[in-house]
Amino acid sequence: MNGLDFLGYAYSAVWIAFFVYLITLGRKASRLEEEIRELKK
Amino acid sequence: MSSKTENRVSHPWRDAALPLLTGGFMLAALIMIFFVVPNEKVQGVTQRIFYFHVHLAWMAFGGFGFVAIASAWYLKTGSPRADQLALANAEVGLLFTTLVLVTGAIWARPIWGVWWTWDPRLTMSVVLWAVYAAYIMLRRLGRGDEMITRYAAVLGIVGVLNIPILVLAIRLWRGVHPAVVISEDPEAGLKDPTMIWTLVIAGVAMALLFTWLVSLRARFAAIDDELETLHLEGESR
Repeated sequence: MNGLDFLGYAYSAVWIAFFVYLITLGRKASRLEEEIRELKK
Repeated sequence: MSSKTENRVSHPWRDAALPLLTGGFMLAALIMIFFVVPNEKVQGVTQRIFYFHVHLAWMAFGGFGFVAIASAWYLKTGSPRADQLALANAEVGLLFTTLVLVTGAIWARPIWGVWWTWDPRLTMSVVLWAVYAAYIMLRRLGRGDEMITRYAAVLGIVGVLNIPILVLAIRLWRGVHPAVVISEDPEAGLKDPTMIWTLVIAGVAMALLFTWLVSLRARFAAIDDELETLHLEGESR
């Protein structure tokens, strides 16, 4: 595996971690929006 | 705004399609950039950073256009949604501008032999970064103050004048910043069709990522506003 391949795998791993983090944030936002709707009721 | 939030239950585009498309396009772009696309003949492997750098730059420039549009919308209607969108675009735009400057410096070191030079395009990029930062600082310092929010909206509209200067800087003044897509050197530039495809896929990925980040940030801003309103309502009872 050359340096460019290694960099490619490293970037892909970082992206997948960031992607999962953003998905988690989206779910957290949905949960909070749901709670606010409940509070308003 | 509260009635709109109450109706907001299912968002297949926002909650499923946008994340999946962003994830897929970004992975495809990474595979193309690191494992498929050939080296550019003049710059070699260093040129690959261009597939990120160019689109980060375009989204950073476009982001301020969105700040200006949302600011004008806010000044006209006083809509909190417009205000949240302007701030969300500015925050993501600042992140992208920072990444433009960082990736530019990483590219410049092996190609120009220096990390930084005061080229017109580079200088105007720093000005864009400063305008983004000034807008966000103004918003943070004047949190809740309507007059300061309006001043920030004016800055958001005036600041967009920087964008055409930034785009045309290469043509207006003689700088060293290259035009890589259309090169005068017959051997240089994007000669291989996979280079064009990589450029397109990376562009779509970056536009989707920008949209997703702005959407998330605006949602949290709306949640903050809603919680503050509920808190105030609770205190007044």
